[in-house]
Parts: sequence; structure tokens; C-alpha cells
Amino acid sequence: MDTFKYSRAQDMSQAIQAGAQSPTAQQGAPVRFVAGGTTLLDLMKLNVERPTQVVDINRLPLDKVEKLPNGGLKIGALVRNSDLAHDPTVQSDYAVLSQALLSGASAQLRNMATTGGNLLQRTRCVYFRDTAMACNKREPGSGCSALEGENRTLAILGTSPHCTATNPSDMNVALTALEATIHIQGAKGEREVAIHDFFLLPGNTPHREHVMEPGDLITFVSLPELRPGTKSVYLKLRDRASYEFALSSAAVVAEVADGRFKRVRIALGGVGTKPWRSLEAEKVLEGKKVDPAVFREASNAALRDARPQSENGFKVELTKRCLTHALALATKTA
Amino acid sequence: MSDEEKPGKQESLAGNVSRRSFLSQLGVAGVVATTRPLAAAAQQSPAETSPGTPGLPIAGAIPVSLKVNGKQVSVNIDPRTTLLDCLRESLQLTGTKKGCDHGQCGACTVHVNGRRVNSCLSFATMHDGDDITTIEGIGQPGNLHPMQAAFVEHDGYQCGYCTSGQIMSAVALLKEPCGPADADVKELMSGNICRCGAYPNIVAAIQQVRQRA
Repeated sequence: MDTFKYSRAQDMSQAIQAGAQSPTAQQGAPVRFVAGGTTLLDLMKLNVERPTQVVDINRLPLDKVEKLPNGGLKIGALVRNSDLAHDPTVQSDYAVLSQALLSGASAQLRNMATTGGNLLQRTRCVYFRDTAMACNKREPGSGCSALEGENRTLAILGTSPHCTATNPSDMNVALTALEATIHIQGAKGEREVAIHDFFLLPGNTPHREHVMEPGDLITFVSLPELRPGTKSVYLKLRDRASYEFALSSAAVVAEVADGRFKRVRIALGGVGTKPWRSLEAEKVLEGKKVDPAVFREASNAALRDARPQSENGFKVELTKRCLTHALALATKTA
Repeated sequence: MSDEEKPGKQESLAGNVSRRSFLSQLGVAGVVATTRPLAAAAQQSPAETSPGTPGLPIAGAIPVSLKVNGKQVSVNIDPRTTLLDCLRESLQLTGTKKGCDHGQCGACTVHVNGRRVNSCLSFATMHDGDDITTIEGIGQPGNLHPMQAAFVEHDGYQCGYCTSGQIMSAVALLKEPCGPADADVKELMSGNICRCGAYPNIVAAIQQVRQRA
């Protein structure tokens, strides 16, 4: 690991000022914030990230989960994954989020990892993690080793000829189905970004993963209040029963009335280059009867544009079944 | 390197040696046999001593104060030092093990302010003022923690390398939300890998302690 200067931010403006000195907030940024450290230290040990300055933001007052006056929920960027998963309001009103968090990583990692850090979690693509291999995300223009290589776990939705790396987070999939808003403070003030717009598709610039600019600090995530009668579910399929990234996952947030879908939000994990909101599946479901044939129709629509690689064709059918089953779970009469 | 671990003091192999000094001598002997004559091994160069050796100045080191197993300690460390390396190399608390060093195996599990974490994925500097508990802090020979005693009773290990991490995870689990079934314990222990496969015995040990609590 390269040497770096360590400092501890005493307040938000100190962190933002330090971050603003960096020419980028994306891959290879020379200034990095550290919170839980579970991604950053891992990648620094691999020389995938080589910051010259590490700013510890753990003492900033961003560790609360609070109900908003409008009925929504405000989640501080430094709330640990385990605390968020066990928060009583999250468990009762946003079950999909609690389930997604508890299906991710291990108990130790969940005690460390934060909300903001999980949003910015990096891909597990083996070529991104190996500096001996070509990777456009790590080294723009060097090529993509996954196209002709080991791509069994990689994405089938939102890919480009330059990158097929998967966003590995479970939390992000739940937050996408919940239509979360990311609140950012930066050198130019505060702004809010809908989670759907926060993550970028790889396109020609796979090294740009999100909208964060130098000095930007995620301060909190807010969730809208869900309408009465809304149920939510996270279903994750993987190679092991526990402590493994998703091959495929589905988050369903559904309001059902008189046996029909009134309002439904669908997001998929393990298959997209970003947490994958499926507007196509939602369009099929809205207004339709709660029925297995409808679930299957929506799942087919969600995967219509799938572009599998040499080893991950199985993910198309797996994801259809995953979403079909998640819809069944979410609409079981309480 | 302590006196008893110096190569050439071969007679101690036959005497009453600790597991650690025995393994350490085996390692040195292996290097000696393959790379250089025995006589040269007696002249250990300073470069071969550990980076955390007390008394050696480290460029760019910063002071960190920790409360480790109830005792206040202050060290000067390179900012790159993980909490794991700080415990093992600077504080000589070698009960906590380094397995994968990437948060995948759980061998390095310790408690920070009462919560279990992977000490390999945290810089020690991030823990200034924190309360750290390691395997050395939960029980001693003759006065074992109930979880340590249950691991012995149920044979919850084979080679023993993952054991301190398993026990630190298991002790933390006692205070976490966890259902009653074996499956619930397995889920919450999935961050601790045992390549000998002692899992059924580990689960039995944990369930015994939970039932008696």
C-alpha cells in the first residue's frame, strides 16, 4: 500500500474542502473519504485505489435515522448497515431495505459499512480488482478483460462494449425500488439527486460510476412515505446460502387494492451495471390483476433488453424466476 | 525478535516451548535450509525485524491511543497500519489472526466499542479513543469465557487458526438479534470461515452457551 496523509475531519466543511482539492471523485481519486473502510482498505491493499490523502469522516454527526415531518425517513450517511437493518421503522415500514441489508456481507462487515459507503461500493469484477489485467473502469482505454474472460457473475443489463461490471450492492437495489433521494453537500452547496439519476451507465466512460464531484459528501438519504397497504420484499439468489454477492436479486414495493396492482416499483440486483430499476416490468403490472401469469409477463418485460455474455446467459431465466417469485411473496395476503 | 525465538537456539525445541515459538522456529529453519548456510542465519539484519518493533522510529508515524482489553495504550504508528497489524505487531496481541487480510474470512474479528468488526479493514488511526476487546481480553487459562469453554467441550476447531475470530464473533452474537434455530446462528456466523469444517461443533458450542444464558 502506498503511503498517504491521514486526517480526521472535525466538521463537514473541513471534509468538503479537503475533497475539493482532488481533481476527481471517481476511480483513482487522490483524496478519499474513509467511513467504514470495508471497500477502500480492500482496494488500497490491491493497489486499485492509491489515495495520497485519506480523510476520516467517522466523527461527523451523520449517524441518525430520523422520521421526516412529511412522513418519510431520513437516514444519515454514517448510519451503519446493521443499525439501519434493525431500525424499528425500517423493519416495519421499509422491510425491503432491512431484508436487503441483512442479506449482504457478514455481521462484522455490516457493523462497519455505512449508508454512504454502501452507495459508493465498487464492483467485484475480478479484472477491476487485478491491476495486472486490462480494465476500462480502473484504467480508461486499457480494454475490458471480461468480454472474453470470466464473466459468469457480471451484468446482462446496461452493459456497453467497454464494461459489463455489476453494481454489487443489495442496499442500492432496495433504495432504488423505494425511490430514495441522495442528499449531497459539496463545494458549491447542497443538492438532491434521485437514486435513479445518481448512478451512471458505463457507456464510453465506465470509470465514471455516479454523479459525485470533487468535494461532494453524501450527508443523508431520504425515503418517501409509502402509501398504506404497501408491501415490500427483497429476494436474493446466490451461489452460497449466506455471505455471497447476488447472482440475481429483486426488490418489489407494491401497493395492492381489490386484488389489483395499484402502484408498484421494481428493481433488480446482480444483473445490472447499476442498481436496475425496471420501468418495463412496472408498466406491465400497473392496474393488472395479482396473478402468476402477470408476474411472468412482467418478468419477461424486465429482461427483454438483456445482453448476456459468454458465461452468464443463465442469469436471464434466473432473474425472470427471481422477480416472479418476489412478486408472489410481496402480494401474499397478509 | 525475542531471545527465545532466535534461530540457532535449537535446544529449546526439545524443551517446553509455546506453539508460537515452535512454529516460528520451524519457519526460520525452513528458510535456512533452502536459502543459506546455518551460520549466516545467526546474523539477523535489522530489516528482518517487524515494522512495529518498539523503539524504532517510523517516518510519518502518528500517535494513537486505544483502550485494549481494559488497558489504556498509546502507540506511534504508520497511518497505513490496520487495527489488526497494530494489535499483532505493535501490541504483541497475537491471539487475533490474519487470514485473508481482505475481510473475507473473519479470522481477525475483534470487538470495537462492544461490536464485532474485521480488524483487517480498518486503519488503527480511525480508532483513537475506542475500546477494543481481543480474544486475550475475554478469558484466560483457568478462567475461560463460557464461549471458550464451550468450544473446548464441543471440539469447535481442528487446526485452531480461525478459532479466536470464531469465538469473538460468537460472543458478540450473544447480544445481537438472533433467532433460536441453528440456521439463525449459521447465518450470523457466516462471516467466519473454518477451512477444517468444524461448523457443526461451532454451532453446538454457541447454542449451548445461548441456552444456558
